[in-house]
Formats: sequence, C-alpha cells, structure tokens
Amino acid sequence: MSERRTWAPWAMSAPALLLFAVMLAVPLLLTTILSFNAYNVDTGPVAGSFTVEHYVHIVTDSYYYEIFWRTLWISGLVTLICIAIGAPEAYILSKMRAPWRSIFLLIILAPLLISVVVRAFGWSMLLGPEGLINDIFRLVGIGPVKLLYNETAIVIALVHVMLPFMVIPVWTSLQKLDPSVESASLSLGASHFTTLRRVVFPQVLPGILSGSLIVFGLAASSFAIPGLLGGRRVKMVATLIYDEYLHELNWPLGAAIAFVLLAANLVIMLGWNRMVEGRYKKTLG
Amino acid sequence: MQKNGPIALIFNALVIIFMLAPLVIVCLVAFTPAETLTLPTTSFSLRWFEQVLHHADFVQSFWNSLGLAVAAASISTALAVPAAIALVRYEIPGRGALQALFLSPLIIPHLVLGVAMLRMFSLVGGQGSFGWLIFAHALVVMPYTMRLVMAALIGFDRSAEQAAYSLGASNAKVFKRITLPMILPGITGGWLLAFINSFDELTMSIFVVSPSTVTLPVRMYMYATESLDPMMAAVSALIVFITLGLMLLLDKVYGLDRILIGKH
Amino acid sequence: MSFLRLHNVSKQYGPNRVVSQFNLDVQKGEFVSLLGPSGCGKTTSLQMIAGFVDVTEGRIELDGKDITRAKANERGLGIVFQTYALFPHMTVRENVEFGLEMRKVAQPERSERASEALALVHLGPYADRYPRELSGGQRQRVALARALVIKPPVLLLDEPLSNLDAKLREEMQFELREIQRKVGTTTIMVTHDQSEAMSISDRVVVMEAGRITQVDTPHTVYEHPHNAFISTFVGKANLLQATVHVQGDQWLAHVGDVQMAVQDVPAAAASHGTRLLLGLRPEKIQLSASSAGRTQGTVRERFFLGNLWLYTVECPLGSITVTAANDGEAPHQVGSQVGIDWSDRNVRLIAGDGVAA
Repeated sequence: MSERRTWAPWAMSAPALLLFAVMLAVPLLLTTILSFNAYNVDTGPVAGSFTVEHYVHIVTDSYYYEIFWRTLWISGLVTLICIAIGAPEAYILSKMRAPWRSIFLLIILAPLLISVVVRAFGWSMLLGPEGLINDIFRLVGIGPVKLLYNETAIVIALVHVMLPFMVIPVWTSLQKLDPSVESASLSLGASHFTTLRRVVFPQVLPGILSGSLIVFGLAASSFAIPGLLGGRRVKMVATLIYDEYLHELNWPLGAAIAFVLLAANLVIMLGWNRMVEGRYKKTLG
Repeated sequence: MQKNGPIALIFNALVIIFMLAPLVIVCLVAFTPAETLTLPTTSFSLRWFEQVLHHADFVQSFWNSLGLAVAAASISTALAVPAAIALVRYEIPGRGALQALFLSPLIIPHLVLGVAMLRMFSLVGGQGSFGWLIFAHALVVMPYTMRLVMAALIGFDRSAEQAAYSLGASNAKVFKRITLPMILPGITGGWLLAFINSFDELTMSIFVVSPSTVTLPVRMYMYATESLDPMMAAVSALIVFITLGLMLLLDKVYGLDRILIGKH
Repeated sequence: MSFLRLHNVSKQYGPNRVVSQFNLDVQKGEFVSLLGPSGCGKTTSLQMIAGFVDVTEGRIELDGKDITRAKANERGLGIVFQTYALFPHMTVRENVEFGLEMRKVAQPERSERASEALALVHLGPYADRYPRELSGGQRQRVALARALVIKPPVLLLDEPLSNLDAKLREEMQFELREIQRKVGTTTIMVTHDQSEAMSISDRVVVMEAGRITQVDTPHTVYEHPHNAFISTFVGKANLLQATVHVQGDQWLAHVGDVQMAVQDVPAAAASHGTRLLLGLRPEKIQLSASSAGRTQGTVRERFFLGNLWLYTVECPLGSITVTAANDGEAPHQVGSQVGIDWSDRNVRLIAGDGVAA
C-alpha cells in the first residue's frame, strides 16, 4: 500500500478543481473585471473599457455611505447581542445533564437547516402590527409598537439566525475545558463570579472571538432578512447589490459593491482569525 | 461542576422560546381556517395546504428544488470523495491551500457568488439552463460533503486496511470492501447535509434562476414580497416538516449532534 | 534448514538507521519473540517481514523463496495487529472468512474452515456478532482466528497482548502458546514485556537501538545476558564493579574487599588491574539474621510484593537488591544487620576491559 505515485492525488482532486475553476474562479474574475467596466444606461456594461468610477462613486456618494454605515452598525449590534445571549447560553447548556443538554442544543442549532426564508417569514408574522408580540403588548397596555420594516426587525431576525453560529464555537471551547480547573479555583477560595471572570472566560474568549467573526461576516452580507423585514426603505449592502443588478441593471456598479463586500469579508475573517490564533496559540497551546 | 441556578434555567427557557417562536408560529398559522395571517383559534384546517398543492408555480418550484438538491448533492459528493482522499492521505504540496479553496464557499457571501455566476452565465448563455444551476449549487454545497468525508478519513484506523491487504486483497478490493463501507456514514451524512443546504439556498439562487428554473425558496421570497397570506405559512410549514424528516434521517445515518457541533 | 531467514536486513529513514544488520534464522514451528524497549526497531523489523515497510538493504527468504520485494498482499502471512484491526462493518464470521474469500475459496469449505478457526479460539457461538459487541479479549481472538484460518506459513503478532489488562494478559499468554503448539505455525511476536516474551517463546531476540544484541532461549537470556542493558531489562540485576587481582597463576575478581571467582572470563582479561562489570540476580542472594555468609550488610529498605520480599541492602558490594520468597518466615527488619551469601556460580561477567560488551 505504498503511496508512491505522485500523479494519483492530483488526478483525484482534478474534477473538484475543475468545478471550482469554472464555477468559482472564472465568475469571480469576470465580476472583478466587470466592476472596472464603464456603464452606459442604454446599452449596459461597455466591454473592454476600464474605469474606477464605480469605486469612486461608492466611496463618495452619501447614499451608499448611509447603507454601509447601517450594515456596519447592525452587524456590530447583532454580534454584540449574540455574544451577550449566545455565550451564557452555551455555558448554561454545558452544565446541563444528559438528555436536556442535547435536546436544547439541538433546538438551538437545528434552525440552521431550515431555509432562511421560512425563518424570516416567521418573524414577519410575529413582529407585525397584528402579530403575536404586539398582541402581548396590547394586553399589557402598550400601544402597537412598530417592530416591522425597520432596523429593529432586521436586528431581531438576524440575531435569531446568527445565534447558532455563536453558540457552536463557544460550546466547542467549553468542551475543551477541564472541568476540574473550575473546581480547583473554587477550592482555592474564589467566588463563582470570580471563577467565571478569571478562569472560564479567558479560556472561552477564542471561541467568542471566532464566533464574532462568523456572525459579523454573515450578518453584513445577509440578504433575505433585510429583504423581507427591512421594507423598501431600509437597505443593507446585500439588498443594495440586488437593486443595482435586478432593478437598476447597473451591473458594473453592483459588481463593484459586491467586490468591496467580498474583500471586506475576507480581510476581516482571515486577518482577525490569524491574529486570534496567533495570540491564543501561545497561551493556550 | 456547579449546577444551573433558577436564573440560568429561566434564561435558557427564554432563549429556547426565542429560537422556536417563528417556526412554531409558522406551523400553527398554516392550519388557520381564516383568510388572513391569524392563529387557528377555532379549528384546524388544511385548506391552505390544499391551496399550495393547486398552485402550479409552487409545485413546479418544489420539484425544481428537489431535483436540483439531489443532483447538486450527488455531484458534490462524487467530486468530494476522491478530493478528500487526495487531501487526507497524500502529502502533496499546497495541500493546505487546496483545502482552503474547497472550503472557501463557506466564507464567500452567497450574494457575491450569485452576482459572479450571473455575470458568467450572461456571457456564456447559461441563463435558464438547469445544468448550470446544478453546478452552481454543487459548488456551494461542496464544503459540507468535503468536511464530513475528510473527518471520516482522518478518524480512520488504517490498520483495518492493512489487515485486508495482508489477507490478500488488492488495493481496489481494499477500497471497495473496507475503506468505502467504513467511511459510508460520512459520505451519506455529507450528501444529506448538502441536500438540505441546496434545498434551502436562497441568496445565490435568486440571482441565477430564470422563470423556468425558479427554486422553492426563491418562489417563496418573491411571493412574500408581494402578498402575505396563510398559503405562505403553509409552504413554510411544509418545509419545516420536510426538514425535520431529513434531520431525523441525518441523525440515524450520522448523528445530528456530530454534524452540527462535531468538528466545526 | 531454516524456514524464515532474514539476512543482513536494514532499514534507513533519511539519516536514521532504524534497523541494522538484522540476521535471524527461524525454524519451522518455532515461536520467536522480538523483545526490546520502544524505538529499538522491533516493530519495524516485523513490518519488513510483513511487507508493509520496504527493506533498505538485505534479504528475506521464506521457505527458500526470496520475498524481499514481494508486496504485502502477496506474501500470504497471517498478521495480528496491535489494535486487532477487525472490520467493524462485518460480522465475526465475515471477518474470519475474508482471507479465504480473497483466495477464492468457495462457500461450503469457506464456512467450515471459518467455523474450525473460531472453535480453535473458543469463539464458536459469537460468529454472527459484530466486533463492537465483543470485549477486548474476544476481539483479539477473532483477529487470531482470521490470521490462522488461511493456514499461513508464518504468523506475525504485533504486541498482541498490550491492550489487555493484567489478568487477561496472563491467561491469553498461555492460550496463545497452546494454540500455536496445536496448529504448529511458525510465529514471530513483537513485545516490550519481558515476562511475556520469556514465558511463551522458544527463543528470544533482544533488540537495542536497531540491532540484535542477543538471540537465545529465554533461560539463557535470563541467566547469561550479554550486556548490562539486557541484564537489567530482562529481570533485575545487581551490577558490580570488580577488578582483577592476580597472584602467581591464580586470579580472582575483587568487589571492594570481597573476592569472587567468575565464570567464562577470557584469558586476555584475566590480568592484574583489569576492570570487570559483574551481574548477580537478586533472587540468587541469601540473607540471614546471623552474620553467616561471605559478607555482612544493613537492610536499608524493605518492600512487600505479595509472593516476594524485596530488600535494599548496604554492604561492601555496594547498595544491592535482594529478593526472598515469602515462605511464611519473619522478614528482616529495616536497619538490622544481615549476613549475605551467594554462590559464585551465579555471578555473571557482563563486560570488562578487553571483553566485548
């Protein structure tokens, strides 16, 4: 069973490589090129032309600023809320007994397998003026609160969709913890709170950071949620690109925005990831 | 190990309710006898489910999504198994980069992928073609099959293969009789996960479908932006039930907890 | 005529010579153990015999045929892996029949032979179970049956008992030997456990740092170890520094002020001032409460091992270890003076100036 034939692994990866070349590399390349094409309102993208006007447009027009800023703060807020809810929840779950722990974990993670359209629609029903939440508010005496077609709806629904992505890495970090370390801390006189703060939290931090990356990146590029719950006026980067492509038909501009989104995503994810890994590899091994 | 106090348990309960709320509401509203999005208070009715079955567009989209998911999962599995073996069992240069490449669809926003493929399709005349759509989906779900097959191969005790070899089996026989059966749970699990993800896919598909190839999530999205009636809830409920069924299957074959948490 | 012969076999990985000049002749039906610490090259040697590792230099001959370059699936040897390597998705019966399947043995015969093999290892009723339903000891027997059913010319065992707990290991040692005797297959076993190697082998091959340092029957390896390492790896030994004192044509070895007559010292070393390293096993020394004996000493420490008492004694020979059977008599107290006696016949030459180590 000697693995001496060096062509074998390449032959085996070739079909997959071909798929990626044709369906990933080529389209991305074409799109990058497209983003530098000039746009003629009547005829569409001008083939062979080269201009950076779209990129300049993105950076200078305040309309886009507003959307980028909104995307940024919503993603940031969603990330913070996910940390505030997801990390403690993962910790609570890790302390549960056998059947409950798996059941609740499954309930939290299973929605990942259900289409985002279904989940967004469910929220639109809950948050609407006739929806369940407003019904409850009415019972308590609060007037109908506008919870739909605004940033609030987007944030709530995004938290719902992104929570599993925070729970998973934090849970994984917690699994690697030696439970007796906590007991050692308590035996040495530390309170529960101090133990959490000084012993558990530092070890879980890498999980929280990596979860934050994923949540932020996915929230910033999310489409269905802002599309269904944001209404016509509340746009995020993804719905903006959709507009440029399918309504304005300004493909080069759409391509430029998409390129910026992709670059930002990759830079944040890979750059931060490397930094986190580097710092924590040294302390935690 | 300290137990959870009452505050912790209440917190957990709230989180669980939060996670289940939209799904439960969708399933309940689907059974409403009324004309508008209300909870079924007086009786349970199947009228909206019937409506779905008579709505030709939705039915067509369902079959589109089904066929697409089967094809995409199968193609990605067929490509991922040899590639995973190449990555796990051989020490080729650039192995890390190759692995990153195959998993990259996970960190590239589907939006960007959709836009990019739209551009390519428009240049090669691929729009309206089901075939191109299948390959687009195959790309997007590849990381899921890849991950699971690789995990199966990494955790593999090769001494079983050595034993078979020493008993006289040829390399091909060893692969067919020993290796393949032993990694089958990983392959099947990967296929199912890929299927589910293809079936659910919205953001990329919305850019590259044409009127004849509209998938179910896209159809639902388009419908939801125009009108909101219980039929939407019925379709959603159907999707929830189907997905639950698939999840049970996935659990039987591979273990749901291993997939969702396992080697993330 | 030797049945399995390894001639100058070596294995090199880059700059590391993992096995050097491995020469061994194994007779048909013999049970040979390769014994040594981790990293001594014993497992690599076994893998070369099996064909999983290529030989860098040398030749391997089986029943007269050169199998050095033969592929592992062409050698037809029976192998029991350390982790048993059973096929988890096949029943016990299917596991055992696999080798026969590869040899295109047809059904009724295949099933019969598998049943025979399973009966041999006392696992008949478990034929339709799956490996995950069996205990460690049972899995090991399935692995053995699977290897023996193909009637191999040689059986290779890679640390077959290391994953079993102590009691089971003892039982399996003897059962393994019994089965091997019954079937008569030439067997090579790799182990780091010296008591295992000693109890069931016809011959023991001791390895150290890639080389064979001694090949002998278990008794000879124990009583006449070739070097200091072997004498302390196989059993315990007191290593004594001695010098040669010559008077006329008489010479004696002196350890401190104690005189000893040593066997088998070559003439070249029997000259005044030569330094020798001697070995004396703990069980070959007697302690007595009276001062009777060749010398006297004080008991420093005492350990109770159930069937034995183990003493550390300070005396002119140095700090020595002595074991005594727990025969029901009162043991010696710590701090007490004891007489120390032994027979010079039991003193072994390990090494010395002018004597090969």
